[in-house]
Amino acid sequence: MMIRAALIALLLLATAARAETIVAGLSQNSVSITTNFDGSEILIYGAVKRDAPSTATKPLEVIITVEGPSLPITIRLKDRRAGIWVNTGAVTVDSAPTFYVVATTGPLTRVLKDTDNLRYRITIPRVIRAIGITAEAESAGEYVQAFLRLQDEAGVYRVDQGAVELLEDTLFRTDITLPANLTDGEYRVRIFLTRDGRVVDQQERIIGVRKAGIERFLFNLAQDQPLLSGIASVLMAVFAGWAASAAFRLIRS
Amino acid sequence: MQLYLPIAEVSVNAFLLLGIGGVVGFLSGMFGVGGGFLITPLLFFFGIPPAVAVATGANQVVASSVSGVLAQMRRKAVDFHMGGVLLVGGLAGSGLGIWVFSLLTRLGQIDLFVQLSYVLFLGLIGAMMLNESVRSLLRARGNAPIRRARVHTWVHRLPLKMKFRASGLYISVLPPILVGALVGFLAAIMGVGGGFIMVPAMIYLLGMPTKVVVGTSLFQIIFVTAFTTIMHAVTNQTVDMLLAFTLIIGGVIGAQMGTRVGVRLKAEQLRILLALLVLAVAIKIALDLLLMPAELYSFAPGRLP
Repeated sequence: MMIRAALIALLLLATAARAETIVAGLSQNSVSITTNFDGSEILIYGAVKRDAPSTATKPLEVIITVEGPSLPITIRLKDRRAGIWVNTGAVTVDSAPTFYVVATTGPLTRVLKDTDNLRYRITIPRVIRAIGITAEAESAGEYVQAFLRLQDEAGVYRVDQGAVELLEDTLFRTDITLPANLTDGEYRVRIFLTRDGRVVDQQERIIGVRKAGIERFLFNLAQDQPLLSGIASVLMAVFAGWAASAAFRLIRS
Repeated sequence: MQLYLPIAEVSVNAFLLLGIGGVVGFLSGMFGVGGGFLITPLLFFFGIPPAVAVATGANQVVASSVSGVLAQMRRKAVDFHMGGVLLVGGLAGSGLGIWVFSLLTRLGQIDLFVQLSYVLFLGLIGAMMLNESVRSLLRARGNAPIRRARVHTWVHRLPLKMKFRASGLYISVLPPILVGALVGFLAAIMGVGGGFIMVPAMIYLLGMPTKVVVGTSLFQIIFVTAFTTIMHAVTNQTVDMLLAFTLIIGGVIGAQMGTRVGVRLKAEQLRILLALLVLAVAIKIALDLLLMPAELYSFAPGRLP
């Protein structure tokens, strides 16, 4: 009897602590890369569910991140040797996402505290895993900075502060543009609810990005049957060369 | 119209690719070369990853060489024996080239090595060809033709001699094997057929008659580039069939138009134009190496070895 009462009390406490929860949806759960794929736009929307009206004084904020599959990356630095510019230094990052977007309802400094950023790995420098890289080059930090700058310039890593709309502290939505040169794999969507810079609740969704149709066929062929794929490429070229020659002769005669 | 390339994993305008194929095909039809030395740097320029550009460039050269050989065969201008001997060396060189290519890719110096090869070979061949064709043009004007005497050099004293009937030669098989190996090596590294090296080497080193040179060179280039393509597909999985297909379509149409323009020009004029084109590509790449790049950092997927 005592135990049951204690459990009920604990359950009540837990729901009280998690008074605000996210209910979220995506406009699409999968993206197909077809021959004429030219990027895609995904709508992420949702609402904040409450058991009782909020009594908090600080405003509610929403942070949404979309993360592409991660790969190890090697960053190289060019320097002048014997009059020509060559790659001299290199640093490997263990794991860097191929795509990363952070969208928020306001400036990051306001909506997220550093401690929670570190804990939930929300901003890009926190996502990249570069453990032990200082051993590889003297100024490894500069390599990573340069990598982040290049990815930012290419629009691959983005921070869109204020891109999430939040209505009546309840309804939120944002559009995330996926670029044309996507790597296929699972794209992780994370939605964070923060109040006073602290994460109150989080939700996770997956968008599957895969090549479709002829793209998928050619990619799989090259990966699974490399010899067959090479022979097929050569035969196609030989046939095209013969066809062109034959057609030319036909036109001339 | 955007085209997403499955292996290169980039989206490129389809008409741009058809245009590149067409322009390169036009020039290759006009000058009788494969055009690989133009298509690979152009693909780099439009953002195709170097490994994919080199492998797919080789595939495109297969198509233009087949088209060219069929035309030369009708003129009986292909020495199959010589082609076969060159091919033996070519395949060995190509195998070595693929190995060096993947080694340098891991070391991160592949771009430098490819660029240096381009500057060195294109610069050398371009300068030689320009010099020779300007002189022969001046000779033609001066109306005093000088015949080149058959000179006996060390090349003719080597063992393992063989008769090459179509070329009217009786020489050792060693020089053609070496020339073939060098061209095969370059084909694998630079994504080119190597016609621009093969043709002068056949004329000046092997002493072959000019009329069989282009056909024989193209004949063996088919096999070397086909082998290179398959090897790249197997070891690096970098042959993009959709990219190759688009380039080839543009290329074969351009080549037919180029051939028509080519027959209206004089041989010396053609060689001067080709020499200038080759030199221009070499100078452009040399400047890229010598001038300070706008961006010092670069990155690629993969770990350090």
